[in-house]
Amino acid sequence: MSTSKIGYDDTYDLQSKRLSVNKPEIRFDKQGDMTDDQRVEKAMLHFVKDFGSMAATYLDACVHCGMCAEACHYYKVTGDPKYTPIWKLEPFKQAYKREASPFAIVYRALGLKKKVTVDELEEWQHLLYDSCTVCGRCSLVCPMGIDIASMIGLARHGMFKAGLVPHELHAVAERAEIDGSPLGVTPTVFEDRLEWMEDEHEVDINIDQEQADVLVVMSSIEIQKYPQSMAATAKILNAAGENWTFRTDGFEATNFGMLSGNAEWQRDMSMRIIDAAVKVGAKKLVLPECGHAYMALRWMGGNMYGKPLPFEVQHISEYMAEVLNTGKVKVRKLDQSVTYHDPCQVSRRGGATQAARDVLKHLGVELREMKPGGDYNWCCGGGGGVVTIHRADELRHKVFKIKMEQIEATEADEVMTSCANCRQTFDDGQEHFKWKYTMGSLLEAVADNLVEDGQ
Amino acid sequence: MELLEFARGPAIQFGLYAFVIGTVWRLLGILLLAAKPDHSAPRKSGGFLAAFKVIYTRSFTADAFKQDTLYPKILGYLLHIGLFVTVFLFVPHILFFAGLLGLEWPGLPNNVIYFVGVLTAGVGVALLIRRMTNPVLRLISNFDDYFSWFVTMLPIITGLIIPIRFGIRYETLLALHLLSVALLFAWLPFGKLGHAFLVFFSRGTTGMVLERRGAKT
Repeated sequence: MSTSKIGYDDTYDLQSKRLSVNKPEIRFDKQGDMTDDQRVEKAMLHFVKDFGSMAATYLDACVHCGMCAEACHYYKVTGDPKYTPIWKLEPFKQAYKREASPFAIVYRALGLKKKVTVDELEEWQHLLYDSCTVCGRCSLVCPMGIDIASMIGLARHGMFKAGLVPHELHAVAERAEIDGSPLGVTPTVFEDRLEWMEDEHEVDINIDQEQADVLVVMSSIEIQKYPQSMAATAKILNAAGENWTFRTDGFEATNFGMLSGNAEWQRDMSMRIIDAAVKVGAKKLVLPECGHAYMALRWMGGNMYGKPLPFEVQHISEYMAEVLNTGKVKVRKLDQSVTYHDPCQVSRRGGATQAARDVLKHLGVELREMKPGGDYNWCCGGGGGVVTIHRADELRHKVFKIKMEQIEATEADEVMTSCANCRQTFDDGQEHFKWKYTMGSLLEAVADNLVEDGQ
Repeated sequence: MELLEFARGPAIQFGLYAFVIGTVWRLLGILLLAAKPDHSAPRKSGGFLAAFKVIYTRSFTADAFKQDTLYPKILGYLLHIGLFVTVFLFVPHILFFAGLLGLEWPGLPNNVIYFVGVLTAGVGVALLIRRMTNPVLRLISNFDDYFSWFVTMLPIITGLIIPIRFGIRYETLLALHLLSVALLFAWLPFGKLGHAFLVFFSRGTTGMVLERRGAKT
């Protein structure tokens, strides 16, 4: 039995195209000291514990039609049936039938569903983490309407409690819980980088104001890899005449608690932002170009808080669409064609698909949609924490080829997205395949083309 | 007691009791679990309208998936339509339901029903072949899938044999048909055939959850 040493011993890899901890020489994909039986028991208990009628309805309704495979990029590029989305839940489906389903007593008495083993759970770690970006495409093809993606989230809760999370994902989640950032952005680092951007871009950046109508947060990916995003955000909020601030006590938008499956850490990470917003009396929280942050705060934030949030939550693309649509901010027209990559958690799962299109319309670009595009867009392959896991690189690069083909088919001049995690996945894919397209940021496109008053 | 008498009486009665009790048990077992409140501010109103919307819309395949799911979708539609026609539009069946529910409706000529019955049986065989040969389906299938297929096909086969006879007494063939129907009733709520009622809840749940986000349903 190995004792996990992950977290403290890992160093950050901040030089490569995608950010994570450095590739571990020795992997610790098992955390904590537990017997195999204890791991299984914890996994099942915490999976079943989270059960409400919604999850039960979903797991009871599957008719094994296999259509979800056709929606999954991992199955499409490999043809391997183990990547069938509903199969990724198989041990947990068994556990549900055995422990919590309406006929559980019959299943147990007659031994119809065997107990899950730790070997199975270890095997499923690859399916639940390395090869699922929780993109939710499978949820749209299911004829029974089962939201498979939300079930993957529940299964990850069980896996975390069992100490069966991939090394790197656990490491960055642990760092985020302890330090407040998955990539080493302490409040001091954040402040330093804001001041650097303030000088570099000659823009006023508000830090730690005691009162503000708008609280703005950032992801560590942006702070470390795309710091110009902070300046771009400031420029737009200043142009809109907002009373806004960044806060060093609540700035980290990523939520690796959610991605790794630790519900307590998810809550802690959300509450740092919620507390900061409440403290400054914010009427609005603007989230950065980060897909899963939108899911964590916009759609799960209130549930972490235990009641409706006392402020509005917007993704930056929604905020930009609002200030452009209302004329508070104006932009120059761009003479180019653009294809837009929808971040799954913002568009398909989050419902903000139209916002980015409104922004692109104001920018005057010729929008060339991918096929399929919008809500049915293929995922970049880096979501759900997958991009942090080194051993998943080969498979991730395979699924990235779908995106390359989609984008090349549009023959657009530029490609843009509104998610830093997608962006780093694209940067990594571009480097790996020596690809011609560089992923651009919708936020930066707006900031770079702001029309000042009188212009 | 004659076989036909047993099939018509206790067997069908047992099947119907098992059907009703099993359905109620399964639904209560699911729906009585706590529903977690959603405190997020809705983008759109969800509620039952959203549930009904998705119960309807998910009957159709989105363009993005049409090409990849065409064959199983066509088979699925044909099977369900075939089952509906043979079960509900065959005159002797209508008389059976009339005795049970006190309601009657017009049926189709017997020849049409037999044709649809043969087609439905053929579709059933095609679905079984697909399940046994498609790598994805082979992996995810279990006893329930094959037994439910058998239990669904049995009444179709026993029903189609009745007019052919094969030298067997009509009463015996009818009894076998009724016994297969009793088995179908009795099994329906316990395995995957429960999707006949669960489909409304799973689609409806997704409708209510995702529609309030304004997300794609």
